[in-house]
Amino acid sequence: MSNFSPVTSLLGGVLIGLASVWLLAASGRIAGISGILHGLFAQPPGDRSWRVLFIAGLITAGLAWHAFVAPAPVREGFGLGWAAAAGLLVGFGTRVGGGCTSGHGVCGLGRFSLRSLVAVAIFMATGMASTYVMRHVL
Amino acid sequence: MIHALGAGILFGIGLWLSGMANPRKVLDFLDVAGDWDPSLLLVMAGAVAVTALTFRPLIRKKDLRFDKTAIDIPLVAGAAIFGIGWGIGGYCPGPAITALSNLTLEPLVFVAAMVGGGLLARIWPSSPGR
Repeated sequence: MSNFSPVTSLLGGVLIGLASVWLLAASGRIAGISGILHGLFAQPPGDRSWRVLFIAGLITAGLAWHAFVAPAPVREGFGLGWAAAAGLLVGFGTRVGGGCTSGHGVCGLGRFSLRSLVAVAIFMATGMASTYVMRHVL
Repeated sequence: MIHALGAGILFGIGLWLSGMANPRKVLDFLDVAGDWDPSLLLVMAGAVAVTALTFRPLIRKKDLRFDKTAIDIPLVAGAAIFGIGWGIGGYCPGPAITALSNLTLEPLVFVAAMVGGGLLARIWPSSPGR
């Protein structure tokens, strides 16, 4: 537990929750990031502008963070092939499963959805399993 | 509209402050057999504490409906596949998108593949949800 960061992680989590409440209160939208992203490519095209703005906000936050708080993290030895495979699985799985860590996690658990609780339990379990394989088997 | 931008910025700051935008920290959480870092439990606890207090009254007030309640095969299979990808890269969708700000190839490749995976999911027989 040498990297445990309880204070910043709890505070960051509170900000994520507040941002989700903000979006719901102001726009009536659920801050599920996978749904916001996939909806950009929906056919027929729906309301894209708020999705683009939310995603622009996410990237702006990162640019500001790197400029004023801490440099971007670098990771050695993680090949782009792995990044592509992981992205494909995450995109496919979140689309079929109807949500990710934010949609099922932050928002779904917040409205006490059993469906979301099941999803969170499953992706936590398979996430731990695949990390185990990546770090201790391969 | 300005609210979507503001909420996105606040969400992104939360991801960076909490450590979720750093895939190595995420993997340190998922790696329960290694030098386990439980920080992400607190990220989820902090976020859900806020939404649990506010979402139900807001949803009632706005008369929003969530049609899907079934624990079905797409939910289970989709969540399982998502988790596998999460555990490989340490990125879930939000952190991957805010990490585009790193201006490196890794998040860019991940996000492009994630969009591709979403498009590929249209072959799944049931209609996709959120």
